Amino acid sequence: MATTPSRLDVDRLISDPATRIVVCCGSGGVGKTTLAAALGVRAAENGRRVVTLTIDPAKRLAQSLGLTELDNTPRKVQGIKSSNGTAGELHAMMLDMKRTFDEIVEAHASPAKAAQILANPFYQSLSSSFAGTQEYMAMEKLGQLRKSDRWDLIVVDTPPARSALDFLDAPGRLARFLDGRFIRMLLVPAKAGGRGYLKVMQAGLGVVTGAMTKLLGTQLLSEVQTFVAAMDTMFGGLRERADATAKLLRTPGTAFVVVAAPEPDALREATYFVERLVEDDMPLAGVVVNRVHRSSVPELSAGKAMSAAEALAEGGPDASLAAGVLRTHAQRMQLQASEEKKIAGFSLALPSVHMASVPAFAEDVHDLAGLRRLADALCGAQPAASEPAGSASG
Amino acid sequence: MSRSNASRAAQDRDWEGVRLHVVTGKGGTGKTTLAAALALALAQGGRRTLLVECEGRQGLARLFDAPPLPYAERKVAVAPDGGMVYGLAIDPEEALLEYLDLYYHLGTAGRALRRFGAIDFATTIAPGVRDVLLTGKAYEATRRTASSRAARTAAAPPQTKDPNAYVYDAVVMDAPPTGRVARFLNVNAEVAGLARVGPVNKQAESIMRLIRSPQTVVHLVTLLEEMPVQETLDGVAELRQFELPVGGIIVNRMHEPLLSASDLKAAAAGRLDEDALRRGLAAGGIKPDDRVLGGLASEAGEHARQLTIERKLLARLKTAERPMYQLPDLDTSDVGRLYALAAELTNQGAA
Repeated sequence: MATTPSRLDVDRLISDPATRIVVCCGSGGVGKTTLAAALGVRAAENGRRVVTLTIDPAKRLAQSLGLTELDNTPRKVQGIKSSNGTAGELHAMMLDMKRTFDEIVEAHASPAKAAQILANPFYQSLSSSFAGTQEYMAMEKLGQLRKSDRWDLIVVDTPPARSALDFLDAPGRLARFLDGRFIRMLLVPAKAGGRGYLKVMQAGLGVVTGAMTKLLGTQLLSEVQTFVAAMDTMFGGLRERADATAKLLRTPGTAFVVVAAPEPDALREATYFVERLVEDDMPLAGVVVNRVHRSSVPELSAGKAMSAAEALAEGGPDASLAAGVLRTHAQRMQLQASEEKKIAGFSLALPSVHMASVPAFAEDVHDLAGLRRLADALCGAQPAASEPAGSASG
Repeated sequence: MSRSNASRAAQDRDWEGVRLHVVTGKGGTGKTTLAAALALALAQGGRRTLLVECEGRQGLARLFDAPPLPYAERKVAVAPDGGMVYGLAIDPEEALLEYLDLYYHLGTAGRALRRFGAIDFATTIAPGVRDVLLTGKAYEATRRTASSRAARTAAAPPQTKDPNAYVYDAVVMDAPPTGRVARFLNVNAEVAGLARVGPVNKQAESIMRLIRSPQTVVHLVTLLEEMPVQETLDGVAELRQFELPVGGIIVNRMHEPLLSASDLKAAAAGRLDEDALRRGLAAGGIKPDDRVLGGLASEAGEHARQLTIERKLLARLKTAERPMYQLPDLDTSDVGRLYALAAELTNQGAA
């Protein structure tokens, strides 16, 4: 018998006053955003003051949370009830990465310098389209929300990335760039005219800038240089902020919830993520397997249903109805078995990880009632790979 | 219904004359799998295709049960009736160095660039440069002929003595997800705006010419679920707005109806005749108690509602007025599935 993975008790996690940040991560298409919103609703209805930071919600979900525009400000969600007599609150906000970046610039530079940076074409591209900016700014926003101390709990939905690990890696990439050797090098001509010890370096520099100029053209390179010179005073501040947020993610008040679906790609991404969190000593709360298919009649096996359906092939309308229903059931049982096998393989590789699952709903979730239903299913659910279903199967 | 492969004439194929197939889709829709199936379908009958992965996930290697792909073109599969699929996982850093070497013979300067972190800078930070390199590699492979410089070092040998014959009959690119694909492909225009002169600019302009030409199409993979369908329609609109060529819509993992039309209608409305069901089941040797009967009826109801939703979403996709390919839900993850999907794509005219 396979060992049953211990259950992730989501209610306890989000109701515990010590839990201040929950980060939902996982690969694209597993339902992270919806799940993060559902956790927010649940925690608020359990009496906590909650803010959810979403990155790119589907339009209807955003509307149901009262988010009509991307304005980078938490908005109170109407319709939150109290489940235990304590009235909580839910606020929701959508990340505006460019505005977040602009605000950092404005906070760290003099008004004149800030205006100069904001108008720089290279900055404009960097702040709106660099692949790591979104992750970096999500972290930054998280840091700001936590620092304000207005919330009991912050639920973060991570950006849609090609790989779940991007969320952890991208901020570092941007920080390395801003602090890096290449940037220092670009700064040299602007800062230190002809100091002797730079001569050697400048020989190399000539080759490099020469090649870069050849490649990108002088105009882009000079825009980058102007940008770097203007940003120079800010680098220290940026780095400090990034370091502080990175530290925050390692504190006991933070919990990572990895979201997956019972499909090979999503489970593999989840494995990478779990391994990485463990390696980096990040506080992993557990894994939620979303959209799991379950049959309510597990005692009727797929094989038995199929042979009964075949036996009914020649009958009248009653038989044809029964045969169709039996085929539907057989398909559900096969799907359930195949998902259970995949989930069992996953938990076998990561035996100490807490798990929970959420059943698949036929309809998309896009209102508070739907989010509540999802949260109920998550909190009342059995661990994803519990005892083998269909114990009475024949 | 399905046209036989052997009798298929060239005009039955929807993308005759297309040499670069860009495949996108929302995360989780099966974009990489479908890109691979399309490359297989296009290679069928002795042709040769290149399947390009550009997001460093080694998804192709896993699909074909191969070891991780290096930055080199490797044979990954043999197509039905002969034909060969090559795979390439593009590494932007390597692509930049290769590019510099090919066109500028930068040698030492190239190494210096790397030492100073300039390569890192150019490939991860400089807006658009990474994307130019990724699309640029697909561009080069699409246009590569036996006499091209790159043909001398590449894995796939020329097939004929004709120096002007293309090395690959078609190139299939597993592109970034729907939400980013228009910007990814159009980034060449962005770079052209940012780096107003210089070789990157020139390169970007020629890539853009190929992408906007009748030789290129962008296919969108979707599931019949609300969010992927919405993203697909948004993606089509965005591609059109950027004047990028929209190809077909590939609908993945469709469910087959398992009940008759009238039973489906009743089940969807929650009005399944439970007495008739009980009689039918009894005739099949199953005597259900009320719980089992209710459970089976509710499963049939879920199935019916699922199909109703799928039908509505399919109708919404039709408003995009693009060729659609409808693929079944195959619950396997082995290489055989790729061949089954490839055959389906061929039958429906996608290749």
